[in-house]
Amino acid sequence: MHLAQALLNLIVSAAEPAAPAVAATAADAATGAHGTASGGTRELFIQICYLGASVLFIFGLRGLTSPDKSRRGMQLAALGMLVAIIGTLIHHDIVTYTWIIVGLVIGSAIGAAISIWMPMTAVPQRTAISHAFGALAATLVGISHYDQITRVLAEQVTRVDMAALGFEVMFGSLTITGSLMAFGKFHGILPRPPITYKFQNLSNIALFCVAALMFVYLVVTPSDSAAHATIFYLMVLVGLAVGVLIVIPIGGADMPVVISLLNSYAGLAASATGFALGNNVLIIAGALDGASGFFLSILMSKAMNRSFTNVLFGAFGAAPEAGAAQSADGLSVNSISVEDAAVQLGYARFVIVVPGYGMAVAQAQHAVRELSDLIEERGGEVKFAIHPVAGRMPGHMNVLLAEADIAYDKLLDMDEINGEFPRADVALVIGANDVVNPAARNDPASPIHGMPILNADQAQSVIVLKRSMNPGFAGIENALFYDPKCSILFGDAKSSLTKLVAEVKAV
Amino acid sequence: MPVSFDLVLLASDPTVTPLTTPFLQLYVFVLAGFVGFQIITKVPALLHTPLMSATNAISGISLVGSLVAAGADYSTYSTWLGFIAVTAATINVVGGFMITDRMLKMFKRRERK
Repeated sequence: MHLAQALLNLIVSAAEPAAPAVAATAADAATGAHGTASGGTRELFIQICYLGASVLFIFGLRGLTSPDKSRRGMQLAALGMLVAIIGTLIHHDIVTYTWIIVGLVIGSAIGAAISIWMPMTAVPQRTAISHAFGALAATLVGISHYDQITRVLAEQVTRVDMAALGFEVMFGSLTITGSLMAFGKFHGILPRPPITYKFQNLSNIALFCVAALMFVYLVVTPSDSAAHATIFYLMVLVGLAVGVLIVIPIGGADMPVVISLLNSYAGLAASATGFALGNNVLIIAGALDGASGFFLSILMSKAMNRSFTNVLFGAFGAAPEAGAAQSADGLSVNSISVEDAAVQLGYARFVIVVPGYGMAVAQAQHAVRELSDLIEERGGEVKFAIHPVAGRMPGHMNVLLAEADIAYDKLLDMDEINGEFPRADVALVIGANDVVNPAARNDPASPIHGMPILNADQAQSVIVLKRSMNPGFAGIENALFYDPKCSILFGDAKSSLTKLVAEVKAV
Repeated sequence: MPVSFDLVLLASDPTVTPLTTPFLQLYVFVLAGFVGFQIITKVPALLHTPLMSATNAISGISLVGSLVAAGADYSTYSTWLGFIAVTAATINVVGGFMITDRMLKMFKRRERK
């Protein structure tokens, strides 16, 4: 710790050769980040660090536009973060490093441990909980800032600052609990089906209005009025409640939208922190995060054929009235044996695999890879058709398949692969259901009509690996399963695939 | 070394009205949002999960605010809040960048035979 302190002192004195490092007084702190003339060099150094960090963040994200450049890009972004942290550590308000170092050490240890030992199927949980952590940090910084101005310095919060602080703690608090709820749903602690009750939307909207009124009150009323602090903390509490209430009525199938939206809120909370502290790097990083989350939630909504408002307020629409949809009465399915399926796959020239989350649940990725290697050894071609909502969060299925050592150039988006289905000898559907339901295209009465799907039904033949005939998330029958060219291999995905691998070897 | 940087002048210039700063911040926010949106629309669906954990790590930049709160000795209360915030944000930053790298490492191109 002494070493770190000495190092920091060195940086401080290097950055500020003219003036000695003077501990800031409370009055000094009140003038904000701009500093006095003597703190000018230091302030300039900090601002250059922040500017550099912002540029590095943008370069980092740009790296993600191609898998080959992505790792290098993220290293740049991580460097940006380091630069921003170093810049901040010489901030003239900081007088003691003890708690900073303790926090950094504990945080690094926890963060590293999670990221090293966490299985890839748990990425959605980790993402949800880290949205909660990010929002927690923003909220606490907001509360500390408010307390510093109103109680410690006993000064007025300007209206502009109060608006920024209000957004910060509002977005922050609802993201904390919302993300924790999402974590619970992903992790199976909370029930996946929506939790609904009477007047749910009405009471949620009412609570939201209460929060909005408190917000307005805080901005228009002078901050030294008696009730100001009480209302401020009450607003945080209401925000926490709103976070819980807006996520519980959302069903498991809609979680990709929710997690993207929470990503966006966490970013907006960070941005609002930047407004409140007058710190541009926070504003920029938060805006990047906010934009990314917003874009992904639009994409996910589209992929599920739902509007934003429908996901958030019509959550119950997730369990649509199936009455109008095709009934399965009087239809029969073709069941296929492992041997027959193996012959079909063994002699296929072109196979498209359609993986659904059922495959990941069964931990069958490696068996899929083995099967695909075998088919390729026999001269066939294998591609994977990835629906945008195939996993539990955007892009999740790609990560799971990449982890099983499947080359990423075989993983194709819906738009890239859909034209290739008619050419495929076999479409192998593993644990996917609604995303290959042709009713989305053909049946205007179906609740999923209009949802973009993978055209597995256009392949020459279809083999579906399925546990039972239970309908999918949306609770609707899938016409594909009753198609004469479709056959179903019943059983657990992993054991079916393992058997298939053995049989194809023998073909 | 004389200290006469524009930045300092800007801050001490009495003709700068209080509204200017928030407005400039708004510009920064809107423009950064546009830049972000433009780049992110070009990220292939293949990398959407790493994208989310990357932006998550980047938004761990709240750490910057947390560090000041934890180290400024404003009040015991603030220090505690700051300490918790530093811990939470660091989990995000370190965990976020590490998990993103772990994921990106797995994406391999087909070996040429």
